[in-house]
Amino acid sequence: MAGSDGVSALLKESGDRAARRLSFGGLELAVDALGGLWVESERALIVSDLHLEKGSSFARRGSLIPPYDTSATLATLTAMIARWSPRRVIALGDSFHDVGGAARLSARDLSALSALQAGRDWLWIAGNHDPSPPPGLSGDAAAETVLGAVALRHEPSLRDARPQIAGHLHPCVVVRGGARGVRRRCFAMDGRSLVMPALGAYSGGLDLFHHAFRGLFDHASLIAHVMGDGGLFSFPAAALRR
Amino acid sequence: MLDRPAPDDLLPPLFREWFASRGWEPRPHQLALIEKARAGRSALLIAPTGAGKTLAGFLPSLIEIVGRRRADAASPLHTLYVSPLKALAVDVARNLGAPAAEMALKVRIETRTGDTSAAKRQRQRRDPPDILLTTPEQIALLLSHRDAGVMFGSLRRIIVDELHAMVTSKRGDLLALGLARLRALAPEATFVGLSATVREPDQLRRWLAGSGAATPMADLVTVKGGARARIGVLETKRALPLAGHTSAHAINEIYAAIKAHRTTLIFVNTRMQAEFMFQELWSLNEDTLPIALHHGSLDVAQRRKVEAAMSAGRLRAVVCTSTLDLGIDWGDVDLVINIGAPKGASRLMQRVGRSNHRMDEPSLALLAPSNRFESLECRAALDAVAEAAQDTPDIAPGAFDVLAQHVLGVACGDPFDADALFEEVRSALPYASLARADFDRIVAFVATGGYALKSYDRFAKIRRDAQGLWRVANPRVAQQYRMNVGTIVEAAMLKVRLGRLRARAPGSPGGRIAMGGRVLGEIEEYFAETMTPGDTFVFAGQVLRLEGLQENEVIVTRARPGTDPKVPSYAGGKFPLSTFLAARVRAMLADPSQWTKLPPEVRQWLKLQKMKSVLPKPSEMLVETFPRGGRFYMACFPFEGRLAHQTLGMLLTRRLERLRLKPLGFVCNDYGLSVWGVSDLSLAIAQKRLSLGDLFSEDMLGDDLEDWLAESALMKRTFRNCAIIAGLIERRFPGREKTGRQVTISTDLVYDVLRRHEPDHILLRAARADAATGLLDVRRLAVTLARIKNHIVHRPLERVSPLGVSVMLEIGREAVYGESADAILAEAEEQLWREATE
Repeated sequence: MAGSDGVSALLKESGDRAARRLSFGGLELAVDALGGLWVESERALIVSDLHLEKGSSFARRGSLIPPYDTSATLATLTAMIARWSPRRVIALGDSFHDVGGAARLSARDLSALSALQAGRDWLWIAGNHDPSPPPGLSGDAAAETVLGAVALRHEPSLRDARPQIAGHLHPCVVVRGGARGVRRRCFAMDGRSLVMPALGAYSGGLDLFHHAFRGLFDHASLIAHVMGDGGLFSFPAAALRR
Repeated sequence: MLDRPAPDDLLPPLFREWFASRGWEPRPHQLALIEKARAGRSALLIAPTGAGKTLAGFLPSLIEIVGRRRADAASPLHTLYVSPLKALAVDVARNLGAPAAEMALKVRIETRTGDTSAAKRQRQRRDPPDILLTTPEQIALLLSHRDAGVMFGSLRRIIVDELHAMVTSKRGDLLALGLARLRALAPEATFVGLSATVREPDQLRRWLAGSGAATPMADLVTVKGGARARIGVLETKRALPLAGHTSAHAINEIYAAIKAHRTTLIFVNTRMQAEFMFQELWSLNEDTLPIALHHGSLDVAQRRKVEAAMSAGRLRAVVCTSTLDLGIDWGDVDLVINIGAPKGASRLMQRVGRSNHRMDEPSLALLAPSNRFESLECRAALDAVAEAAQDTPDIAPGAFDVLAQHVLGVACGDPFDADALFEEVRSALPYASLARADFDRIVAFVATGGYALKSYDRFAKIRRDAQGLWRVANPRVAQQYRMNVGTIVEAAMLKVRLGRLRARAPGSPGGRIAMGGRVLGEIEEYFAETMTPGDTFVFAGQVLRLEGLQENEVIVTRARPGTDPKVPSYAGGKFPLSTFLAARVRAMLADPSQWTKLPPEVRQWLKLQKMKSVLPKPSEMLVETFPRGGRFYMACFPFEGRLAHQTLGMLLTRRLERLRLKPLGFVCNDYGLSVWGVSDLSLAIAQKRLSLGDLFSEDMLGDDLEDWLAESALMKRTFRNCAIIAGLIERRFPGREKTGRQVTISTDLVYDVLRRHEPDHILLRAARADAATGLLDVRRLAVTLARIKNHIVHRPLERVSPLGVSVMLEIGREAVYGESADAILAEAEEQLWREATE
């Protein structure tokens, strides 16, 4: 299959598991194994679905799950920002698990987030969990944006023919092997769409073959860049179908 | 010996006449319990099945209720009966109704289970019956109401049925805590426990009475004898296979035994065995005998149908798992056949007791071992039964997650004082040695999650009021508690739906797509995840082909007739071989004089083992290393049960990997395990690069275990159960997820985050305690490693030994690789790209 030849060639030239380099929609990207996308030309780091304060959102409703998810998620974000030193950070929506999330940030997490924002542009793209920008935090807000020819938005669009980078769906895959396979988050991409994994520590995944993805990808050229513990592993998605 | 008080003193005339009218005489233990009740003593009754245990338990209550003065009528709840099964409560209500009606007693007897209507349940709280028959969960629920003291204040007796089965589970912990509460609310109540024979009756006596320093144990009433059970090993024309779990070789003899009896119960250890046995029997069933199947995953309606047919005596045989182990009198069973090994002597006796529910006639049972190891185990169990030896497990320390649930339940009732509740909780035997610091941590957990980072104060579920009493923060908390009460956590299940095939759209991957049809039942999610499309397996009595997973459903089609199921393994047996039977099997192995009772092919197998390798002494553990088919194997035989072996296998492969001895996987069964890889282990041992003493040293339970626990799916399942029971997250209710009314969170993610940020959190401690005895059986592994220290016998062999074959033949699907997620990903990546680019 021509598609596979193309991607296998692509993989050969990007052996580094910590950050896989590839082009998409005319952008040169590095896929960071921690869950972000680095756009060298714009010095921009794209992340998605941070779902900050999901823990306290549950606590509010009586499930007192450990209050460490925001710190854990911010720690991952901090590591990526330290690696790339971005001029811009673009968060593709659902940055907070609910509208009141920002107000519940602990003093420590708030200062950690502020430190990350200091000295760089920050764009909060609206998500379904956080339709309005987080009150009291710096940064710009937008419904969507573009980088070069690529649209950046929360929910992937089936109609817009432009290449797009989106989040919302929390893609993950199960890779066979071992006793019962390994289930991990992944970046899912074909020629037109790139759907990012959720970064939030408590954000669950949705199987790439769930009907919510229906119609979005061309399965013959769909690649899953799977987030292992020590780096990325890449698969032709068709081979992972169960 | 029992004292024999004169019946006339103890039985009122009405009851005496009733016994006489039936041509019966009250049995000594029945009178003994009346006497205990009069003296205000609690009592444990240990009796074989058919001894009139239930009537004995209720007689004192019936007598007192009939005789009580009218003035008591205002708050009439007199007796609370608790059973582990709601079906049993219903059954007992029926059995008790007969004498009550025949004597025209003015006694109101009612059941209360999850099936009871909300209206009736409410009425029962306002206007309770004389005798209420219920379950541990219902007691917890009743205690969580503010009027619990009013309802239970009049209580005089609490009867706990099947006590032996209850005390070793988390439900037992929940009940023990509930009874501690009842002791405080109804100080005059006495307790009666009904139990099968157990190894340590004193534990049950203490459990019943409570563990206060000044509290005496409950008195013991034992019914000796009953006719001795007649148990034999099924003799078969075809030889016992070296391995396997199906007993297919015995199918003709099993069918013949069914034909020769009225009603036969066929017990198996796993659902897979049940499915297989059912299919095989029907393939032979030329007489179309009514043979049915009963296991926990079948559709409920289907199960109820089988139970009804069984009670009505319309069935000749039922193939069942442990779902039919307990108490209920299912019609006229005159034969029990146990497929595979019994796993424990006491368990065997209880299953055998299902046959012939009359004490004076012997129960009849046949054991059908399915491989040669199991034949040894059956023999050991028969010897144990002959000596009336028991191997019921000890009562373990109470679980923290259950205590957390209880604390919240108490707060939902009346506000509590922490000091008083601590004392009350410690009066429940499982919590007798609970430390105050741990109790306080649990109260903090219930209140705000108990995290070092105290950020949830404003979301507290319980708070201290001005008087220092803990009370629920708002009514929603109590509502939430009531939705989640109980200690039984269902595994995440997927519906199995029979699909119709149609061609897939051209150009899309895969050849066919299945459209939804009828639902056949449910299987565990984790089992479904081990399969790939095209795999065939047996379910609901037919061979099915997996077509794919769609959301919460497994889509299957019927396999072509004659297809063999490719995935025979079905989550394995629930019960590992008991330590007691394991020791007996080891002793038997080492002592040829005991072999005479074994079938000839088994004797031959052991003789060959002695010739080709060695038969270890009871204190020793044999390790064999040998090459086979380009791989190198290490087989060892601890005889400590599948769960402990699985944990051992995981840890051994990690250690071998670290030693660069390149293990590839392992298989295990109840008797041993076999690890294989690409390095010559015989050579490594000869060259002293590998020391078996070091490999099997107890320090593997330190860092190696911790590392493995971090990613172990079994550990994550254990944590999920604890999180649900403790009330950290809500139960999933079928239907509610779909409508979005219930938002769920993955406990695996919570586990990862909590483990990294607060590794000694009380809930992680609860999960580790469960892992020690539950799915990972770490405690037993620890005992094993201590036992075999300096007692490892190594034999380097040219080829696999006879014992080794029986372990190696464990089905390939059960091979487990203890390696890291990344290693699996890397291997899969390489393979898939190779395929895609070829």
